[in-house]
Amino acid sequence: MTQRLTSQTLGLAASRPDRAGPPTVGGRRISSLANVVLAMVAVVFLLPLAWLLLAAVDPAASSRTQVPETLTLDHFSAVLTTELTLRPLTNSLLLSTVAGTVTVVASVLAAYPLSRYRLRFGKHFLYTVLFGTSLPITAIMVPVYSLAVRAGVLDSLAATSLFMAGASLPIAIWMTKNFMDAVPVSLEEAARVDGATLLDRIRYIIVPLMRPGLGVVFTFVFVQAWGNFFVPFVLLLSPRKQPAAVTIFTFFGQFGTVAYGQLAAFSLIYTVPVIALYAVVSRGLGGSFAVSSGMKG
Amino acid sequence: MTTLAPEGVAAYPVPRRPRWLRGLRIVGRVLPLAPAVVILLLFMAGPIIWAVYGSFTNTALTGSNARNPAWIGLDNYIKLFGDPTFFQSLRLTVLFVFASAVVGQNVLGLGLALAMARAGKAVRAIAGTIVVTAWVLPELVAAFAAYAYFTGNGTLNQMLGALGVSGRNWLFDFPMATVILANVWRGTAFSMLVYQAALRSVPPELTEAASLDGAGTRQSLLYVTLPVIRSSIATNLMLTTLQTLSVFTLILVMTSGGPGFKSSTLPVFAYQEAFKFGDIGYGTAIATVMLLIGAVFAVAYIRLLGLERERT
Repeated sequence: MTQRLTSQTLGLAASRPDRAGPPTVGGRRISSLANVVLAMVAVVFLLPLAWLLLAAVDPAASSRTQVPETLTLDHFSAVLTTELTLRPLTNSLLLSTVAGTVTVVASVLAAYPLSRYRLRFGKHFLYTVLFGTSLPITAIMVPVYSLAVRAGVLDSLAATSLFMAGASLPIAIWMTKNFMDAVPVSLEEAARVDGATLLDRIRYIIVPLMRPGLGVVFTFVFVQAWGNFFVPFVLLLSPRKQPAAVTIFTFFGQFGTVAYGQLAAFSLIYTVPVIALYAVVSRGLGGSFAVSSGMKG
Repeated sequence: MTTLAPEGVAAYPVPRRPRWLRGLRIVGRVLPLAPAVVILLLFMAGPIIWAVYGSFTNTALTGSNARNPAWIGLDNYIKLFGDPTFFQSLRLTVLFVFASAVVGQNVLGLGLALAMARAGKAVRAIAGTIVVTAWVLPELVAAFAAYAYFTGNGTLNQMLGALGVSGRNWLFDFPMATVILANVWRGTAFSMLVYQAALRSVPPELTEAASLDGAGTRQSLLYVTLPVIRSSIATNLMLTTLQTLSVFTLILVMTSGGPGFKSSTLPVFAYQEAFKFGDIGYGTAIATVMLLIGAVFAVAYIRLLGLERERT
């Protein structure tokens, strides 16, 4: 779980221009060496990505990477059916939205006392939360499965999305508290004097001021849930309820007779929303702000 | 537990009030924590407690032991510590984490961040986008792309063939090497971004002073830059280790843990024992071991952050 969160917010750093080093003796040689190294790494890293893009539009797609002789959209039309993509994508959207919304609401509420009051147990609570952040909770799906069986919530979309919310909650509380610490307390004073309740202050003062930060937290949880395969794979059994990740896997899992073109097309359809969200967040919501909040202790 | 610290409230000082009124006020203040606490208890603490409990039972996937499992004490753990496959899985997990996270992602990520700081703008933008894209992809999609790359008729053998080298069935002959390389490909962006942010925080005066004193590039990197960013290095090592410990989908799609158990790291091993061989209790014991390993790293990570805080 940890991977996911901090990483997403950290990604925002990329949009910030680097500070170029001062020109030094041999600086030009180092700079051209750096260019060559980066270009080589880029080519190596690009190959599997290029395969994904090319195979999706190649009528003769295989596991090889080749420039298509003609272009086709047949693979896309083949997989764009209710059973295969539309319903699973709707399920993905549902799971991720619920997980993201529940996490953000619970985190904002929890972050308020942690950020604003000096609670005697506040520090312990935060360290417990940080501890939870580090546990491989989404990797221990075996006990989660048997607990779901016992509790009678196996194959439940609600329980699955709540479990994903619970798994992201520790890092989300941590991030939200750091964002909230940056909102000046003085702004709330006037409202408090005017008799605004705690919920009013959170709703009308805190939340509007930390909208960018909450956007980061929501996106992070949403992207995590959208990309999660293991959790719904174990907890959701009926095909009607499964999200896109599970559908792709069960449809293409038997690699013997893989339809590579359709696999690539399906993968792209499933990936585009995540890339789009990432692009929007990293462009719009401020870079170093998010990085420091994600990283600082 | 729920009383205020002696110094009172950070934001709003509490005037002297009757004790019961203050008590009420404190309850009101911690009430917003309730939803988060309930969710964490149900969906984090619940599975953890259940994992420990379930590892002492003979719960099965199907049959009568699925509904009415019996308490079997330490039997699962006795089986675990007599199971050579478990120790192989443990070794593979250590290898996977060490090779792909500690060495691969961290060293390559640091190298890329250093190169980015010196490279031309266009090269930096293009390379950065490509590396980050591999990381933003859903794990499943990354796993499919890596599968197509390493499979018998895949892109790697296609390129080797063009060079006149005959290929291998990489996923079968070298399962660990392929999943390690795939995880480096997929995960390096995280370390790169962390180190890019860290390098930006190094004051240029420091490296300038070093070069004025006659330090070469390598010396300035070893004795100035790396010591300054050491806390980022430590944090990043912990985070990538914890992330890599729970990698499952990548390995499931590429090799299914095979051939045999030759690429079954602990998450895959637990999954196989529980869902392929139907022994939920045994799979749960493996999951509990994973939780313990994660907990050790988590404590180390928290202490590290605590130390950093005191230092700054």
